[in-house]
Amino acid sequence: MDIFLILTINGLATGLLLFMMACGLSIIFGLMGIMNFAHGVFFVIGAYASTWTYALTGSFAVAMLAGIAAGAAIGWLTEITIIRPVYKNPIGQILITLGAFIVINELIKMIWGPNVIASPTPDLLQGEVNILGASISIYRIFIIVFSCLVALVVQLALTKTRLGMIVRAGVENAEMVNILGVNVRRVFALVFILGTGLAALGGTMIGPTMGQIGPFLSSQYLLLGFIVVVIGGMGSFIGSMVAGIIVGLANNYIIWLYPPAAMPLNIILMSVILLVKPTGLMGIKEAV
Amino acid sequence: MLLSIKGLQAFIGQFHILQGVDLEVREGEVVVLLGRNGAGKTTTLRCIMGLVSSSAIEYCGQNIAGLPPYKIAAQGISLVPEDQGIFSTLTVAENMRVALRGSAREGQKNLDFVMSVFPDLKQAWHHKAGGLSGGQKQMLAIARGLINKNKLIMLDEPSKGLAPVLVNELGRVLQEIKSYTSILLVEQNFAFSKKIGDKFSILSDGKTIMAGLMADLIKDTEAQQKYLGVSTQ
Repeated sequence: MDIFLILTINGLATGLLLFMMACGLSIIFGLMGIMNFAHGVFFVIGAYASTWTYALTGSFAVAMLAGIAAGAAIGWLTEITIIRPVYKNPIGQILITLGAFIVINELIKMIWGPNVIASPTPDLLQGEVNILGASISIYRIFIIVFSCLVALVVQLALTKTRLGMIVRAGVENAEMVNILGVNVRRVFALVFILGTGLAALGGTMIGPTMGQIGPFLSSQYLLLGFIVVVIGGMGSFIGSMVAGIIVGLANNYIIWLYPPAAMPLNIILMSVILLVKPTGLMGIKEAV
Repeated sequence: MLLSIKGLQAFIGQFHILQGVDLEVREGEVVVLLGRNGAGKTTTLRCIMGLVSSSAIEYCGQNIAGLPPYKIAAQGISLVPEDQGIFSTLTVAENMRVALRGSAREGQKNLDFVMSVFPDLKQAWHHKAGGLSGGQKQMLAIARGLINKNKLIMLDEPSKGLAPVLVNELGRVLQEIKSYTSILLVEQNFAFSKKIGDKFSILSDGKTIMAGLMADLIKDTEAQQKYLGVSTQ
């Protein structure tokens, strides 16, 4: 029972980080039709920026802010330099974002080296609490609570503000939003920056769960991110949250039972859901 | 002159869709674009809205061709497309909010007017627009076009899918809004368009082939038969 509880808490934490990474990917794809292969590096940018800032300042809050700022700033640069020229060119989008993924990843290796670097748990969040006989890491509980708060804020922004309505309307029919007098390009840019910032925010929290970070994270989380997007449904915020949690939990259970089955399980999960529901759990557009 | 177009040219891909459309709309006028399927009526509206690039379009004395659609909308032009462009995952209220430029308070008066015209929408206010009936969706699409104080409203086949009783109602609404806005209407339903149109323009193969007062076209049964395929019984 206690091992089940530990796995569940760990799975929830992993899943919510995946969700933070994937929700931007999902909404950017839904709204702009852009498959952003570079999205995984923003997660890693967040991880490196926060680990580096934390080592420098000793404050995890400042480190998280630095991570999200770095992600959003580089996201903004990416949007104006390489995304904007390829809005109507899907093949170009794949090539240029994949290229950006490689370039930024290599830049990270140049700056911080190709090896993993240590990422300690902040003092305040160290230790464990005893819940029903299982010792649960306080840091994981922090991830769960914090991610849920972020999700709540974003969900409220999407449902209650006019900008949120415009984003949801744009996912369905961007041209009509334009006809109604909204500068869709500017909304695109804003969503891109928010999406990359959220991915980076997810990245700021990953380090302490493993004690270290490395450049390998970008490809690993990009792949998982895509799986979450497809399972949750393109452009669906709640969908990516549900899917993130499903993938996170499934991975943690299966890794405990039989580690090599983790990636095949994800693929099987994705295939089954696509067979049953081609739009993903909560999507309105078909993924394939 | 609100809108003035002479010899409008437009390409979609390599196809020369519009090859000389002439159109004039004055303040407070209802102009009906007529013509068979594929004549270029919808493309003309899309050119004016900035969705298809075209040769010069003069609106309020200035060329608006080349501007992005949102800037054209901001100058007081709205388009209700044939496919309605309803946001089905949003509620009726949210659809209206997205359409409303400016603050919600300013829009309240227009909203009250629009709701008095389409009471059905009021009942479905908090329902997802995707669940509305075909007629209700059409009403919502038109209501979105009316929510702002526009100078020119372009409606693409608004009577399509509406029950006859609602078509009459729509005609009454269009007469009412004529006092402050001009209307450019694409309509297959000649019985409906002859009731509310002041002027007409007939397109064929991307060219204007006849234009004038609606009253004259109503008398000219020969032209109706030749260009519109309307039976004269």
